[in-house]
Amino acid sequence: MTLRKIGVPLAAIVILLLAWEFLVWANGWPDYKMASPSDLFPAYVQYWDLFIVMGWQTLWRTIAGLFIAIAVGIGLGMIMGFSQTMRDALYPLLVGFNAIPKATVVPIVALLFVGAHDFNTVLIAFMISFFPIAVSISIGLSTLEPEYRDILRSLGASKTTIFWKIALPKTLPEFFGALKVAVTLAFIGTNLMEIVSPHGRGLGALFDSGKTNSDYPLMFAVLIALAALGIVLYYIVVFLENIFAGWAERNPS
Amino acid sequence: MQNLIEIKGVRHAFATAAGPLPVLDGLDLAVAEGGFTAVVGPSGCGKSTLTRLVAGLLIPDEGEVWLHGAPVKGPRATVGMAFQNPVLLEWRSIIDNVMLPLEIVKNSLSKSEQRDRARYLLELVGLAGFEDKRPSELSGGMRQRASLCRALVHKPEVLILDEPFGALDAFTREDLWQIMHDVKEQEPFTGVLITHDLREAIYLADHVVVLSGRPARTQYVLELTPGPRSIDTLYTPEAAQMLKDLHTQIRIAQGRKEGDAA
Ligand SMILES: Nc1ncnc2c1ncn2[C@@H]1O[C@H](COP(=O)(O)OP(=O)(O)OP(=O)(O)O)[C@@H](O)[C@H]1O
Ligand SMILES: [Mg+2]
Repeated sequence: MTLRKIGVPLAAIVILLLAWEFLVWANGWPDYKMASPSDLFPAYVQYWDLFIVMGWQTLWRTIAGLFIAIAVGIGLGMIMGFSQTMRDALYPLLVGFNAIPKATVVPIVALLFVGAHDFNTVLIAFMISFFPIAVSISIGLSTLEPEYRDILRSLGASKTTIFWKIALPKTLPEFFGALKVAVTLAFIGTNLMEIVSPHGRGLGALFDSGKTNSDYPLMFAVLIALAALGIVLYYIVVFLENIFAGWAERNPS
Repeated sequence: MQNLIEIKGVRHAFATAAGPLPVLDGLDLAVAEGGFTAVVGPSGCGKSTLTRLVAGLLIPDEGEVWLHGAPVKGPRATVGMAFQNPVLLEWRSIIDNVMLPLEIVKNSLSKSEQRDRARYLLELVGLAGFEDKRPSELSGGMRQRASLCRALVHKPEVLILDEPFGALDAFTREDLWQIMHDVKEQEPFTGVLITHDLREAIYLADHVVVLSGRPARTQYVLELTPGPRSIDTLYTPEAAQMLKDLHTQIRIAQGRKEGDAA
């Protein structure tokens, strides 16, 4: 079972790499057109220290942005979930805000807080990722069947008790669904900022330096490193989901 | 005998977009201690609203709701509720679901005594051995039985059942009727049962109240001999006569509703 769970995805990765290598070899592409996996290993070896430093930069900023997004998203979600008036007031604003392509916001923020690189990056990661969290929490809370509330309310339970005992746990599956989307979005946010801001840090900046130096294998190596980080973060969320909202999965009997 | 539940001249209207919607108008209801009253009436006439009044979840615009000699001003822990939707918490085991009210209502039971109490109730309704299952692993009838245990676990004076068997098939429903009689023997309560099923009403209750169409008022009250009975009593000529009377009353209730609309 576990062998299957690890072996199958691993095999898929190996097959993908082989196919990629073959495609580049068969077409005779030079590495400025398309680097092949075998070009990547030298790039990793050469820049290993940089990858560690920059990878860490990207990772902590993404996670910081994500945590702020979770806090703000839950807060907004609760406000909108409990109050119809606030939902009517805030929803269109949020949708509008979310519709703005963040690539256009990045230069504005970069200019607004010039030099505050960490802050800018975390800010964009947060801005791009809080929306699905806020929506999922507000929908989860506002669609709570009234009977659930009545069961506890008829016993004299306070609003806080109802929130902790019923509303919050019931919303967790939707919350984790949104968090999976948010993780990926936060990554995109971090990298947008890292690539755009001058003298940046993080994997985005490494990518940018690869571009300036026409080091194509490095650029591809950064992409793969980003993918790897993304996978790790995503599966951390899946792991937490199984612990806290595993009950929502219908166990096959 | 003293009346445990006493509702007198209750009027209530909900504020809606189209203006106030009168739902209850001149509702009277009295349930003696240990009594079991079934309430029937046209769909949407205000039956669930009535249960919310008794539970203290809703304060009426006018009129009085008394529980055990005191006016109802808000929710109180001496009420247990079960609905058509069993609303079990899916992330909890069955026994933890049943114990939920004990986490909210003040009581002197230790954790293990709470468990024993829940276990005893589950056994009473035939759910022994399912304590640690999740609600999703149970059938609809079993979930409804667990929901009944949760409504009873804190020994409420009043048990409010809002169409609890409405979504079950006919045979499962008859099983649960029987269980209700057994439960009432072991765990005495004063009951209000909302139902659409006239047979259920005359099988379980000692009074059947017919409400008029919306806005609801008490239209007709049928008195039965209290106490447990066997399913065969539903097939006697007396039962047939009662069902016929109730049926006629429901028709009248619906007629009044149509008359209002015209
Ligand atoms: N909170 C509320 N706000 C506005 N209208 C309400 C509210 N609750 C109930 N109503 C309306 O009051 C009327 C009576 O509702 P209620 O749920 O008490 O009926 P019911 O007799 O239980 O119906 P059913 O037989 O379908 O269960 C309905 O028309 C319903 O739409
Ligand atoms: Mg109802």
